[in-house]
Amino acid sequence: MTATTSRVNPNVSAATARAAAKAASENQPVTFGKALNTALADGLVADESVVIFGEDVGTLGGVFRITDGLTARFGAERCFDTPLAESGIVGMAVGMAINGMRPVIEMQFDAFAYPAFEQVASHVAKMRNRTQGKLSLPMVIRIPYAGGVGGVEHHCDSSEGYYAHTPGLKVFTPSCVEDAYLMLREAIDSDDPVVFFEPKKLYWSKEQVDLEQLAQEYEAKKSAPTEGRARIARAGSDATLITYGPSVSTAMEAAKMAAEEGINLEVIDVRSIVPFDDEAVCASVRKTGRAIVVAEAQGFASVASEIVARVQERCFHSLAAPVLRVTGFDIPYPAPTLEKFHLPSAERILDAVDQLQWEA
Amino acid sequence: MSAEATSDRMSEVSKKFGISPEDYMLPARHMINLLNPDGSLRPESEQGTEPGHEYPLPSPARLMEAYAALVTGRRVNDQNSALVRQGRMAVYPSSHGQEACQIAAALCLEENDWLFPTYRDTVAVLTKGVAPMEVMTSFRGEWHCGYDPKAYKCAPMSTPLTTQLLHAVGVAHAAKLRGENTVVVAMCGDGATSEGDFHEALNFAAVFNLPVIFFVQNNKYAISVPLSHQSAAPSLAHKAVGYGMAGERVDGNDLMALMAIMTRAVRMAREGNGPLLIEAHTYRMQAHTNADDDKRYREDSEVQAWIAKDPVTRMKAYLDDAGLLTDQVVAKIAEDAEAVAKTLRDGMNQDANTDPRELFEHVYSTKSTQLAEQQAMLADELDREEA
Ligand SMILES: Cc1ncc(C[n+]2csc(CCOP(=O)(O)OP(=O)(O)O)c2C)c(N)n1
Repeated sequence: MTATTSRVNPNVSAATARAAAKAASENQPVTFGKALNTALADGLVADESVVIFGEDVGTLGGVFRITDGLTARFGAERCFDTPLAESGIVGMAVGMAINGMRPVIEMQFDAFAYPAFEQVASHVAKMRNRTQGKLSLPMVIRIPYAGGVGGVEHHCDSSEGYYAHTPGLKVFTPSCVEDAYLMLREAIDSDDPVVFFEPKKLYWSKEQVDLEQLAQEYEAKKSAPTEGRARIARAGSDATLITYGPSVSTAMEAAKMAAEEGINLEVIDVRSIVPFDDEAVCASVRKTGRAIVVAEAQGFASVASEIVARVQERCFHSLAAPVLRVTGFDIPYPAPTLEKFHLPSAERILDAVDQLQWEA
Repeated sequence: MSAEATSDRMSEVSKKFGISPEDYMLPARHMINLLNPDGSLRPESEQGTEPGHEYPLPSPARLMEAYAALVTGRRVNDQNSALVRQGRMAVYPSSHGQEACQIAAALCLEENDWLFPTYRDTVAVLTKGVAPMEVMTSFRGEWHCGYDPKAYKCAPMSTPLTTQLLHAVGVAHAAKLRGENTVVVAMCGDGATSEGDFHEALNFAAVFNLPVIFFVQNNKYAISVPLSHQSAAPSLAHKAVGYGMAGERVDGNDLMALMAIMTRAVRMAREGNGPLLIEAHTYRMQAHTNADDDKRYREDSEVQAWIAKDPVTRMKAYLDDAGLLTDQVVAKIAEDAEAVAKTLRDGMNQDANTDPRELFEHVYSTKSTQLAEQQAMLADELDREEA
């Protein structure tokens, strides 16, 4: 996995980084990964207490190059490699946050964050609560997650459900380049711990985004906060697809295909799983009267289940059909050649749309 | 810092003592011990006089301060156990017999140094300066941590074993990055050394060369499981060399030896020599908690044998002999200890006073709409109950 992802020169210099930033300001297409990298750099500039660490995040710039150039630019005190130990990384971040820093740490891959789960569940999530607000833990745990990249075992898990189920954590997952930048800046500035899920398959996706302008807007707080706010990725009137992270693009594809059949789907990108935007989601469902939740994670006891429950509780009288789910199967993430059968596809979403009890 | 740099650091330190890095990192051949069980001074040769392992006797003033805290610590343990028997609190993991360790761990720190304790370290937390009733908040079942960790530089007493050792490493790392001269003591038991976070914390501290003292109270049992079932190492202190730090064994019932060793460890750490591992040999005189039946896994004769090694009587005998304990001084120490015990009794006899509405206040820095709804629901239930 690691080898196939090294598409960028690890020894990128500060000059190259500047050139990239300049290109961005001239409104060249920007990758999702570059937006994250810029958010980290801007976060380091904005606040001296921000520190970045994890496995291979220093000289190498992370296996996905999201921390590329940060050690060269900010020094090894601000962005450094740790020994190979996930619990150690999270546990040390807890102590550093207790002592006035804002750690932004990287878990190399979704399933390798599990050794640190005790630290996350027992301490990261609970410190504020146990101390009646005396200790807060402003820290970001970045987790590259989900599939669609042909990864080997333990490199494609969608583990957001574990974290979303743990009170005290915020759980974010961006699905577009602009949000990659804005949401990571917000996560760094959050006074509460944020588990930040980065859909791996989006790292190399490009969009026409002016990062410099976005940065200025963010600094001036002109951009609307994304935390706790869902985003209407596509406006529509016939049914709502509620989704997040890696599944947003699939839902958009399905909406495009449905439009050709004369069905106008609205796509809601949840963005911030915790806190959750009931208002925007329910407003959409009340408008359309039909809803399907789409997510890559296995469906049983999942974030998707939770969204379905919330919608039925709040919008029952507006619903013309049961709220359906299109999710991954309840199986461990399959081997690369089989993942396409597991992942929710646009076709599978359209099949679900057909089941929404349309009257003749 | 690279592995080479770590061993460079150890060679630097060992050079100061004129010994090899391995000899510096490995514990002294004898457990460090200054006082015999009867309170007499041990012969010099057995005290900890090997090069790199030398521990001068603490000053009389320092010993008196420590002894007063020791008497208070014993009184607190016994008072709290009595309060459990009276049904005033559900559970108290007593450190009866281990008080010398608790005192030394906390007393050798300066005000801005941090302590990372476990559930058994009430006496260390009190000695760090936390107000008695604030320490007891969690045992009363009112809230998980009742004190302000930042104000006292004392972390919440950790329940998940050894997880707090990594937090100690993080506090030390942050202090180092900011150029602050903070030393951190992280405490755990013998059983806890088997946990993965113990390994990760020691390794991180050594690799980043941080001023953390890992203080292991080897009280011989982890609930029912004896030390022989936790580790096959020659001693827990021997583990240090594997991480590139110094380890030392000390008699955990000898307050004088503990004060000597901790004072030096704090100084060494503060001077930038990196972390240290201290293993204190002591014994848990009472059951793990009142929910435990220790007769199932240990003989009463074994417990009885440890009475002769009691840290309080041993220290008292030494100070008596040295003529430091006049009747007046003894009375004053007892009076101070009693005052703390009274604070606990009075506090615990009062009804708990917590507002359930507060349940939702400290989950996030700002309340989500969902939490606000749940809070309103509970408030409504409470209002109806009151009406
Ligand atoms: C991670 C974890 N596993 C299990 C427990 C349950 N537990 C509480 S105390 C204890 C024994 C700990 O023994 P030791 O580390 O020797 O400390 P002592 O209680 O003797 O002071 C166990 C197993 C726990 N608190 N945390």
